[in-house]
Amino acid sequence: MAIEVRIPTILRTYTGGAKAVEGSGATIAELIGDLDTRYGGLRDRLQDEAGLRRFVNVYLNDEDVRFLGGLETPVKDGDTVTVLPAVAGGAG
Amino acid sequence: MLTLHPALRDKIVAHARADHPDEACGVIAGPAGQDRPERFIPMLNAQRSPTFYEFDSMELLRVWREMDDRDEEPAVIYHSHTATEAYPSRTDISYANEPGAHYVLVSTRDPDMVEFRSFRIVDGTVTEEEVRITDDPPGAPDGPGLE
Repeated sequence: MAIEVRIPTILRTYTGGAKAVEGSGATIAELIGDLDTRYGGLRDRLQDEAGLRRFVNVYLNDEDVRFLGGLETPVKDGDTVTVLPAVAGGAG
Repeated sequence: MLTLHPALRDKIVAHARADHPDEACGVIAGPAGQDRPERFIPMLNAQRSPTFYEFDSMELLRVWREMDDRDEEPAVIYHSHTATEAYPSRTDISYANEPGAHYVLVSTRDPDMVEFRSFRIVDGTVTEEEVRITDDPPGAPDGPGLE
């Protein structure tokens, strides 16, 4: 058993082109750490010192983890985690 | 080059006008790998701002999943600038995450004239492209339209 993690196009360079990969861990942070051991550099694209990067959305099943516990959100085998970069911009 | 059905161009412009002075944003989905924008999906600007847009995160998940299920991709990602030209800002460039998409910018600063331009934004580099508005070859839009 594992946690399925869906990877957006822009980050598939880290996963050898895979749309979805599997990982393990008790929290989102541990899961990202586990993925980073196999897909080096992925963690830096998802989080910074402050936590999850502002313009990266991470969903646990159907929920944005920002509205759950952020990086400390518990995850379990059978969950699906989806990563989607924010679509944002503007005149500034 | 971006080739777009006139009805889709009109829907983007109508959305931009309707949300002015806030920025409007959305997607036109098309069959994956075919560079054919077909399905118009206006998105909520979660920021409701005249200088910033961000797709609502839950709507983003729903729409991206739906595209995945239909074997579609975001062929066009559009938004409006409401007081400045239709050219990608530094903010637009730094958050551009879909190297395969046409980034369409509309400016609504002039109430009588619309600026409608398209760009590729890849690795921080902006390249403007020609916009060809035509219903030939037909790519009949089947989107739900503006609600």
